Amino acid sequence: MSEQAVTVEAFHHHDEEGTRLGFWLFLFTELLLFGAFFIVYGVYRSAHLNDFKIAAESLNTGIGTTNTIILLASSLTVVLSLNAMRAGRVKLAKTMLLITMALGTTFLIIKGFEWNAKFAHDLYLQTSGAIAAGKGSPLLTPGPEMLPNGQVLFYGLYFIMTGTHALHIIIGAVWMGIVYYWIAKGSINPENVGVLERCALYWHLVDVIWIFLFPLYYLVA
Amino acid sequence: METANSTNYFNSHTGSRWTSGIMSWLTSTDHKRIGVMYGFTMFTFFFLAVCLGFLIKLQKFYPAASGWEIIPVEWYGSFFTLHSVIMIFLFIVPGAPAVLGNFFLPLQIGAKDVAFPRVNLLSYWLYLFGAIMAVVGILLGGADTGWTFTPPYSVTTRTISMFGTQFDSVSWMLTAAFILGWGTILTGINFIITIHRMRTKGMSYFKMPLFSWSIYAASWIQVLATPVVGITLLMIVLERMMPVGFFDPNKGGDPILFQHLFWIYSHPAVYVMILPSMGLVSEIIPTNSQKPIFGYKSIAIASCSIAGVGYLIWAHHMFATGMSDVASIIFSFLTFFVAIPTAIKVFNWIATLYKASIALTPPMLFALGFVFNFSIGGLTGMFLGSLSTDIHLHDTDFIVAHFHYTMFGGAAFGIIGGIFHYFPKMFGKMYSHKLANATFGFMFTGFNALFIPMFILGFYGMPRRYHTYPDIPLFTTLQQASTIGSWILVIGVILMFVTWIHGLRKGQISNEENPWNSSTLEWQTASPPTLYNFEEDPVVTRHPYDYDAFRAEVKAGTSKGARDE
Repeated sequence: MSEQAVTVEAFHHHDEEGTRLGFWLFLFTELLLFGAFFIVYGVYRSAHLNDFKIAAESLNTGIGTTNTIILLASSLTVVLSLNAMRAGRVKLAKTMLLITMALGTTFLIIKGFEWNAKFAHDLYLQTSGAIAAGKGSPLLTPGPEMLPNGQVLFYGLYFIMTGTHALHIIIGAVWMGIVYYWIAKGSINPENVGVLERCALYWHLVDVIWIFLFPLYYLVA
Repeated sequence: METANSTNYFNSHTGSRWTSGIMSWLTSTDHKRIGVMYGFTMFTFFFLAVCLGFLIKLQKFYPAASGWEIIPVEWYGSFFTLHSVIMIFLFIVPGAPAVLGNFFLPLQIGAKDVAFPRVNLLSYWLYLFGAIMAVVGILLGGADTGWTFTPPYSVTTRTISMFGTQFDSVSWMLTAAFILGWGTILTGINFIITIHRMRTKGMSYFKMPLFSWSIYAASWIQVLATPVVGITLLMIVLERMMPVGFFDPNKGGDPILFQHLFWIYSHPAVYVMILPSMGLVSEIIPTNSQKPIFGYKSIAIASCSIAGVGYLIWAHHMFATGMSDVASIIFSFLTFFVAIPTAIKVFNWIATLYKASIALTPPMLFALGFVFNFSIGGLTGMFLGSLSTDIHLHDTDFIVAHFHYTMFGGAAFGIIGGIFHYFPKMFGKMYSHKLANATFGFMFTGFNALFIPMFILGFYGMPRRYHTYPDIPLFTTLQQASTIGSWILVIGVILMFVTWIHGLRKGQISNEENPWNSSTLEWQTASPPTLYNFEEDPVVTRHPYDYDAFRAEVKAGTSKGARDE
């Protein structure tokens, strides 16, 4: 088919504005993805108003607030990193990026303890028991020890929404690690901040989603 | 492959370490190679799904009392699920945008590639991965939910495959659909940015060819609707694994909410399927009429308004679910609304034919077949959009026939016609017109013979998704007519593959740039196109379908026309 084939250098098309536009569109699809969750939350909250209130009371508002502050601080540091890079202060940019990653990790650790505490009570969803027994949910008929439907829905949504959010934090933090490596290598530099900028935008999106998750789960009580 | 000119996309490409062999295709970021790969993969799956459809129709040849059983009753659900999942998620949704859109969108707007070539390759890999996952998953696990995955059935079903193996096939398929969805979203973003940022000099929005317009409209739908269904399908997976009842009424959930979220995507998705085919027809008809398309702007705007209104009508799939009457009336009303831009397009195509010197080339036959079939499909959609008739026709063979008239007789005829139209440009070779005409003859006859009886069957109450039917003379006659139609259609499909393979292997080698004498930009490149599509960036000065100006340019030697004129 192609004996005398030649590989030509990849087509170099650099359009910073187009890339930024495309990335904003991508962020919009992420919002829509969480939007579906928010619709489901809204529908079930209006159907089980009281159960949602009772279940929300069991969440620790103090931990939630701490996590909110941590994420807001990380939003600030990532923007400081971007500004430092634009101003040519590469070392400061790297430090700020490291702090952002550390804050993200702290958020995840706190979240992990919070989740773990709920699993340990073996109360919510009976998840740990069901997994240990190797049973899928449809086989598990709701017994008298089960919580009311509305509360189970609340915890189910809590776990998958904060879980999806945590997954985004992990992706963002890993991406930041790669960006850090690229800065160290010099391929991201004050003249070429596009990737860092998009990484920061992504991190802001993850923060914004948390800003909505926090009141919906911790403050509705 | 022997081709006429020396540096085309077959023997040179970008972005890969491999210089030859299959890896040089699988790792190439060239939009033309990616388009061809999509085409190859898609039509492989298409053939598999056609075989399943053939068996499903064969099963209905004799009524229940005869004991005729081609497909055992417990596998029947898996058969139609696999048929529909392949046809919808692997063939018709990626269909025209991924194959012909990838190949011809940059050519039509005078660009060198799409905006993000590497993301484009990633889309293909996601598609390939998701496709293999879906097909393997259903073969080994025997999911039987249909392509809609409607709970509570999709949550509770536990299936055994036809090979006796058992695993959680439904979760597997849902995850595959999620992955396929991300491939689609990335393609959509890529095309939108390509159109916004990479049009060549002089190519204003209203100088874009209509296929590009339809790809633009379809891309917006892909970007805006797919994430919602992705997350909804994942919720079913979680519901199967955890004791939460998001969509289980016994656990406080609401199964109708799933249907809302599912159709919020899946109804606009039918316009992702049909719009690019409409775009292809809008290319084929003016080319073979050799005159400007009637109402260019109204077709472009109609594409966008179909995409817009298509968002607001999802619940017309749910009239029989017990949704509120007010909602039903509003959705029914809006459904009639979407018929307006669609009818404008049909009217414009017909008006383009008026007083034209029509060349009945193979792609033109498919385009005319599209208009005929799609008109039937669209008008029967009006029956289903009106509340009272829908209650009678819901979940019968009538709706199956309606869907196939829009999706096979419409979208697939458009894609196949588009491939016949663009074949000489893609491969630098011409297929046998005799074989292609025979393909059309068998496909058109077979298709109508297969699905017209199903309208009548559905009207008399034959439910869809049933394994067999009672021995009523009317039912038996119509079912047998329909099955015989399926045989003719399958001959047509096989002939189609024969035509293409024969064209690729033995087709007349031709480096003619513009064999159909078409006025749009993509025909001005070499056949097959060179690596960067155009020797130098083209400058656009005229309307894409201005045939008078085009003929003057050909005469002056500034544009390439058909050689034999």
